[in-house]
Amino acid sequence: MLEVENLTHAYGDAPPVIVGIDLEVKPGELVSIVGPSGCGKSTLLRCVAGLQSPTGGRVLLDGKPVDKVPGNLAVVFQDYSRSLFPWMSVRDNVALPLRRRGLGRAERREASGKALESVGLADAGAKYPWQLSGGMQQRVAIARALAYRPEFLIMDEPFGSVDAQTREDLEDLLLRVRGDSGMTILLVTHDIDESVYVGHRVIVLSRSPGRVRADLPVGLPSARDQITTRERPEFVHLRAEVGRLVRGHETPADPAS
Amino acid sequence: MSVLTSERPSGERHGEPGKRGRRGAPALALAILTGAAARLWLIVLLTAGWEVGTRIAKDPFFPPPSTILRVMHEIWFSGPVSQLLLTDKAIDDFRPSFINLFGGWSLAAAGGVLLGIVIGRSRAVGEILDPLLQFGRSIPPPTLIPFFIVILDLGTPMQVTTIAFGVVWPVLLNTIDGVRTVDSLQLQTARVFDITGAQRLRRIILPAAAPKIFAGLRVSLGFALILMVISELIGSTTGIGAHLINSQQSLELPEMWAGIVLLGLLGCLFNAIFVLVERRLLSWHRGARRLDS
Repeated sequence: MLEVENLTHAYGDAPPVIVGIDLEVKPGELVSIVGPSGCGKSTLLRCVAGLQSPTGGRVLLDGKPVDKVPGNLAVVFQDYSRSLFPWMSVRDNVALPLRRRGLGRAERREASGKALESVGLADAGAKYPWQLSGGMQQRVAIARALAYRPEFLIMDEPFGSVDAQTREDLEDLLLRVRGDSGMTILLVTHDIDESVYVGHRVIVLSRSPGRVRADLPVGLPSARDQITTRERPEFVHLRAEVGRLVRGHETPADPAS
Repeated sequence: MSVLTSERPSGERHGEPGKRGRRGAPALALAILTGAAARLWLIVLLTAGWEVGTRIAKDPFFPPPSTILRVMHEIWFSGPVSQLLLTDKAIDDFRPSFINLFGGWSLAAAGGVLLGIVIGRSRAVGEILDPLLQFGRSIPPPTLIPFFIVILDLGTPMQVTTIAFGVVWPVLLNTIDGVRTVDSLQLQTARVFDITGAQRLRRIILPAAAPKIFAGLRVSLGFALILMVISELIGSTTGIGAHLINSQQSLELPEMWAGIVLLGLLGCLFNAIFVLVERRLLSWHRGARRLDS
């Protein structure tokens, strides 16, 4: 689905923010990307999404080089309050991208209604985004991405600006989306627990310049639960390993050996 | 800004009569009266002082406000109901003035917004035109009246051109600014969802720039009234400005004062109507801003 080859990017004459990143994401996979702040996570996403041309290397989506935003790709940004349009109702925000899909008025309305229903906001369509809580606004942004029916979804720290409880709800929503839609998802987060909890794989980037430090499979069953999954030994072990890698320790400390 | 700051207290005021309404109509009437009294007492006081002062002074150059209002009523507002109480003189005076005012303002609004979009969307065009714009906006508009009189002769085209040229700048510069400063994340969102061309302009760029465009339009409307009067004072035989000059020349001071007061009232009225329309169209902006702070 997605191949990133030797991706390098530098802004102007500054030192590169990401160097030689190789990455492959298979169809239907949810890959989490974690790393310390300033490791170029967002730059990587922008290059993958076609919002930024990298200074080196290439990005292939379905075997085709990405030179502009691909039509089968959607992005959920962290800053929902700026990414949703405050002059449009929630329903119109969700329906706007569907114009380009060639859908008629009634079809757009139906699709946006369904998408809002799937994120638990069936009754909020007539409201404006700013009348909703932060978590609800991010649900609207997710609904907009879902209604667009992309094959590939990019999420840039989507739950970074909401409170802990809302965050867990949104993580479970994401897991449901992953299960229902079969979309391929690339999620950038700075939350180590989250990267393990929602991902099939966790990619750890190193501090600047960002490189791939580790590529860890998540050996958890696909059905996950906020309480029971987090107490499983595999979860505890993996989050500790990711934590060490993010903080920069090479090998996991193991007092038994 | 002033629209936004003045909004909050008035929003609270809307709430009050509703609450008191449950206690009965007299209480509601009392609430409205005390509300009006709180806002208008100074104006009433000053007008009373003006009345007393001018009556004592008996200076023909300063007629008392009661005389001014009586003359205003006599010459403009004592017409038949079929003409909305307007006299024939009112129609003769107001019609050319309003045609000039709204003709010039509409031209400026349309031209300013269109040109502003073009300049604002293209950095290259903006950089080339910037010195020219800075020069153009710096020319005091009335200085062009003699030139417009030469090429257009006295009359409506000259006045409309003067107003349009004079008031286009706030609209143009605000539109350029508004179109240029659309949030980068909103534009990225448009790119991601393939919203381009006319769709992008209509659904994203123009709404995002609308608060600034409206601020420019509002300033322009105030300027337009000023330029309307100036252009009629200098080069016209009709309109409210011409009425001022005529009554001055025939030493009809109450008539002249009536014109001054009328222009002040018209300025308030137009601004109030504009603010109402703006609040309706940009309600999302006020709502989003109120929750932000």
